[in-house]
Amino acid sequence: MIEMQDVWKTYAKGAHALRGISVIIDRNEFVYLVGPSGAGKSTFMKLIYREEVPTKGQISVNGFNIGKLKPRKIPFVRRNIGVIFQDFRLLPQLTAYENVAFAMEVVEAPRRIIKKRTMEVLELVGLRYKHGSLPAHLSGGEQQRVAIARAIVNNPAVIVADEPTGNLDPETSWGIMSLLEEINFRGTTIVMATHNREIVNRLRKRVIAIEDGLIARDEARGEYGYEI
Amino acid sequence: MRFSTLLRHIREGFKSLLRNGWMTFASVSSICISLFILGVFLFLALNVNSLADQIKSTVQVRAFLQLNMEQTEIDALRNRIGSIEEVSSITFVSKEEGLELLRESLGEDGQGLLEGFDEVNNPLPDAFNIEAVDPELVPEIARKIEAINTPDEQPIYSVKYGQGTVESLFKVMETVRWFGLGLVGLLALTAMFLIANTIKTTIIARRREIGIMKLVGATNTFIRWPFFIEGVLIGLIGSGITTGILIAGYAQLVKVSQFELGLMMIRLVTLQESWLIVAVLLITMGTLIGVWGSTISIRKYLKV
Repeated sequence: MIEMQDVWKTYAKGAHALRGISVIIDRNEFVYLVGPSGAGKSTFMKLIYREEVPTKGQISVNGFNIGKLKPRKIPFVRRNIGVIFQDFRLLPQLTAYENVAFAMEVVEAPRRIIKKRTMEVLELVGLRYKHGSLPAHLSGGEQQRVAIARAIVNNPAVIVADEPTGNLDPETSWGIMSLLEEINFRGTTIVMATHNREIVNRLRKRVIAIEDGLIARDEARGEYGYEI
Repeated sequence: MRFSTLLRHIREGFKSLLRNGWMTFASVSSICISLFILGVFLFLALNVNSLADQIKSTVQVRAFLQLNMEQTEIDALRNRIGSIEEVSSITFVSKEEGLELLRESLGEDGQGLLEGFDEVNNPLPDAFNIEAVDPELVPEIARKIEAINTPDEQPIYSVKYGQGTVESLFKVMETVRWFGLGLVGLLALTAMFLIANTIKTTIIARRREIGIMKLVGATNTFIRWPFFIEGVLIGLIGSGITTGILIAGYAQLVKVSQFELGLMMIRLVTLQESWLIVAVLLITMGTLIGVWGSTISIRKYLKV
């Protein structure tokens, strides 16, 4: 599903974000990405959805060679990857329904199918009855649920989540986690960067720790492993 | 592209037009101004052209006779002019016919002026219309006809021909054309930059939206369309308004000037003859300016 071979990423100022990473993430895995801030977690994720290109090495996602992807092809690769952020990134002037439907309009799905599928995923994230609300009228957890609905509405094979619980209180975070587990259970690969020690230690999954641009640890059913 | 997608792009285009209110207003106005001037020059050129044609096709000499000439004198004069070798044909225009022609060319407003004139009371002289073998020879013929008059006997009241007029008309037309083109080009450039700026405002206002669109896999073409449509709409609205104003204005001008210009034997190009060419040209220009402005902005500010 996701395969990296000796991937390097050097930014313009000469800073090495990643220094030779090799890893394979299989279909249907749930992976926590942990490590100190600035260790390269974000770069790792950006490489997956082709926000960045590797300076050296090879990445393949869903069989696409990300480093050599023609710009014209990028949108089609992204349709198979759902992205979730700490700050939700919803469009404030659109309702919950419209925010989710937007992702389908953009890939030019037929109107009838947009309606059906959007209500379906809103049901899945538990917001069917709030579909007409603007983001400003929803709680943080609800906003993140809308963002998750948007990420999965086009049935991606992979979900990339960058600290999805970073802005949420513990109780709400557990809600989001069980939603992600449910999505993973239905067959979607999930890569989630997090600083949440409790979640990692209680919901045991594969843990990849990145430190200083290198993989420091890669354990099935691992622990968070940092003090803070 | 799906039809519903096209509708979506058009809807988005309209939305940003409204959202950018003042910028839209500025770009639409600038298109209006430049196209208005283009339109005025266009009407002017059409008329100068038709006037030149009118005059050219009637490059003939008209010799007006003294009033109250006997039929025998007229016949003699006709033979004499007819015998000039450069003359190809000669037609007699009686004063009755002359009055009728004048009535026609003055239109409705002029009828009052001609009231009281009829066959009995007719101020016009009889005349000959003389055509030349070659338009170039017209001045020569005119000179020869004038030479018929002697100090003792002056049967010819005056001789007129339009040769010099045609030449100066073409000169005027040339000047009008270049001046107009230059001015229109400059204004079109201004309009284009204003449109580019409007689109830029939209793009900046929609950074976030564009980012999300890219993230969920929108193609670049899909992202560009609404901005392109916004530019085209600005062009269409601007040129539509201008075309409407110009055509209505010209119709009015033709109506009120018919009498005055008719007195000078000038007939303006009618609305039926001109509206289509003006409308097509202005709307095409407006749309092109819109497309141009949006393309510039999209290329420069939309890094997709």
